[in-house]
Amino acid sequence: MVKVLEHYHLGENNYKIIFDVPKLVKKSEPGQFVVLRVSENGERIPMSIGDMDAKTGALTVVYQILGKTTALLATVKPGEHIMDCVGPMGNPSHVDKKGKYMVIGGGIGIAPIHPVAKKARENGNEVFGIIGSRTQNLLFFEEEMRRACDHLYVCTDDGSYGEKGFVTTVLQRLINEGQKPDFILAIGPVPMMKAVCNTSRPYAIPTWVSVNPIMIDATGMCGACRVSVGGVTKFGCVDGPDFDGHLVDFDQLTSRLKMYFPQERQSMEKFEREHQPCYIGLKESPKQTA
Amino acid sequence: MADLTKAERMKLPRQAMPEQDPMIRKSNFQEVPHGFTPELAMAEALRCIECKIPHCIGGCPVEVDIPAFINLVTQGKFAEASRKIKETNSLPAVCGRVCPQEEQCEGVCILAKKFQPVAIGHLERFVADYERENNLVELPQIAQPTGKRVAVVGSGPAGLTAAGDLIKLGHSVTIFEALHKAGGVLVYGIPEFRLPKSIVQSEVDYLMRLGVEVKTSHIIGKLDTVDELFAEGYDAIFIGTGAGLPNFMRIPGENLNGIYSANEYLTRSNLMKAYDFPNADTPIAKGKNVVVLGGGNTAMDSVRTALRLGADNAYIVYRRSQVEMPARAAEIHHAQQEGIQFLMLTSPVKFMGNGSGCVEKMECIGMELGETDDSGRCRPVPIEGSNFEIEVDTVVIAIGNSSNPLIPRTTPGLNANKWGNIIVDPETNGTSRPGVYAGGDIVTGGATVILAAGAGKVAARAIHNYISNKN
Repeated sequence: MVKVLEHYHLGENNYKIIFDVPKLVKKSEPGQFVVLRVSENGERIPMSIGDMDAKTGALTVVYQILGKTTALLATVKPGEHIMDCVGPMGNPSHVDKKGKYMVIGGGIGIAPIHPVAKKARENGNEVFGIIGSRTQNLLFFEEEMRRACDHLYVCTDDGSYGEKGFVTTVLQRLINEGQKPDFILAIGPVPMMKAVCNTSRPYAIPTWVSVNPIMIDATGMCGACRVSVGGVTKFGCVDGPDFDGHLVDFDQLTSRLKMYFPQERQSMEKFEREHQPCYIGLKESPKQTA
Repeated sequence: MADLTKAERMKLPRQAMPEQDPMIRKSNFQEVPHGFTPELAMAEALRCIECKIPHCIGGCPVEVDIPAFINLVTQGKFAEASRKIKETNSLPAVCGRVCPQEEQCEGVCILAKKFQPVAIGHLERFVADYERENNLVELPQIAQPTGKRVAVVGSGPAGLTAAGDLIKLGHSVTIFEALHKAGGVLVYGIPEFRLPKSIVQSEVDYLMRLGVEVKTSHIIGKLDTVDELFAEGYDAIFIGTGAGLPNFMRIPGENLNGIYSANEYLTRSNLMKAYDFPNADTPIAKGKNVVVLGGGNTAMDSVRTALRLGADNAYIVYRRSQVEMPARAAEIHHAQQEGIQFLMLTSPVKFMGNGSGCVEKMECIGMELGETDDSGRCRPVPIEGSNFEIEVDTVVIAIGNSSNPLIPRTTPGLNANKWGNIIVDPETNGTSRPGVYAGGDIVTGGATVILAAGAGKVAARAIHNYISNKN
């Protein structure tokens, strides 16, 4: 059993949860992930690590309600427990010295990009950050990212905050202005990561992405997390989660993520019938200042 | 009855195992055989002629004193019979169910030459169940605490056996399990209809009653390394992490939705209880036309699971013929009874999708048997032009596993062979690292429960010697 220390509503369907897992935090590196199991008959779901605090043993995960498991997770109050938070899974991100190191986070992908940015900067990189979301309500970690990066660019699809446009709009502009990064790590929805790779490809900028395929054990045993990278099948859990984005078959990744959509809907409908999903008791996260 | 002559006893018919009707059991997950009654067990036990030189003992990888336990059955001393087995095999309820007896003890039973062998497996299962169900399991004498600590990595048959032996010798034992439930392949791999999970749980509970500490969701190679376990004060470490990474066919279309490794398919259904979706949250494809590739016990478990999940057609596709299938005869027989279709001498060429990423068809090619290969079996050779297609919506690939790299990769100085299997001294199961022992599939590659249990036993003895002589 793992204790929940804090739990916040970030806006729309986004939540931030903090677990008390001192040993796991001590062992985790930026880019790694955990597997959560909320209830006894629950699924095992992989989640990126959004932050870790070695002093307090607190591990942060930012998630979006996408189905039953995340909906159930959103009902857990601080002080309560979930069944498991296991890890650290996967390999750490490449955070060695590259020079101009760019992190791009979209949607809830902003969370895992944050520890990568901190570490990359510690390692002597000049860190450029681009964070983006559909709209202002969905932005978070702006202050944290501003502290972690040398330069931070914020954008929203609808222009409600920061620059109007996609993260690729900002990336393209920076390249045009002569700020071509030496390395990019992009984390976010699959279409975003694919778009970043398409933008960086003509400039041959090494671009890595963090994939989040369906997993069960996340230790290499099940093979559910197969990802085609340069035509070779890799396991997201033990070979990843970061891969060379110019080689990843994003269309296959998208398709594989949809495998259980009908069952996920069925499960969610059952959950909503049986529970009045009640996310009250969670505090709104303190609003960030511009 | 008991004063029958040997010749008369030999001629007694082998008692049939009562089991669920195939047409009923193919749509439930309950165990197939019901088990012997005491009467059936005693009648079967009488068939043992107590050979002067019993081959069965040598046929057993852990050398259970089979004639002795069967003699106790003839006397109605069932719990005593179970304890006799446990002198060398701590998991009789499991092994009575899943051991390939026909290749081991029963295969060399003297009766097998002229008649049918004594049903040793059924008797083993009966006495273990009898002892457990009647609450006759006695806690053994535990030696004085030695103050030594052993870490057991993995809670499958190798780890459970090693842990049981070591705790009895007075050592403090901690089992580390990566998944959220202890039991390893016995819980994630072998289905309920072949090995009820309650039996595995009772074995784990028994070890915990003896004082074994079980840490689930604790991944060695991630949360702790082998060296960190030593630094934390463990005096020796046993690695029983099992077969790791599933092999795939490496043919086109293999990553289409609906194509599973057997590990994933069985883990979803067994450990995650996906057969009970949506009451359990983990989903599984309940395919109508399911193909399982492979011919081993895992393939049989997968295809029979598919049937129970509601498949109209459940096929085994195997590139050799039925004679070469590595699965136990009993499993093949059960599968045939349930209506599994066997496509022998057939190999997949590619998978085709339906345009939205799901598998829809599989192209196969016919095979014929050629020369004998290194494995001693005839090499299957494709017959050109024999290609054909079958409609499928679910495919399960059950062609074995490679070894998991998590521990070898994070343990400097731990030698592994080119397949990633840990190299051990077969006398002790000691590795290239002092104080580190290994056994089970991580050493041998995919093998059986009893071989893994035997390896755990050998290692436990060596670990005991090692830590007893260590200051």
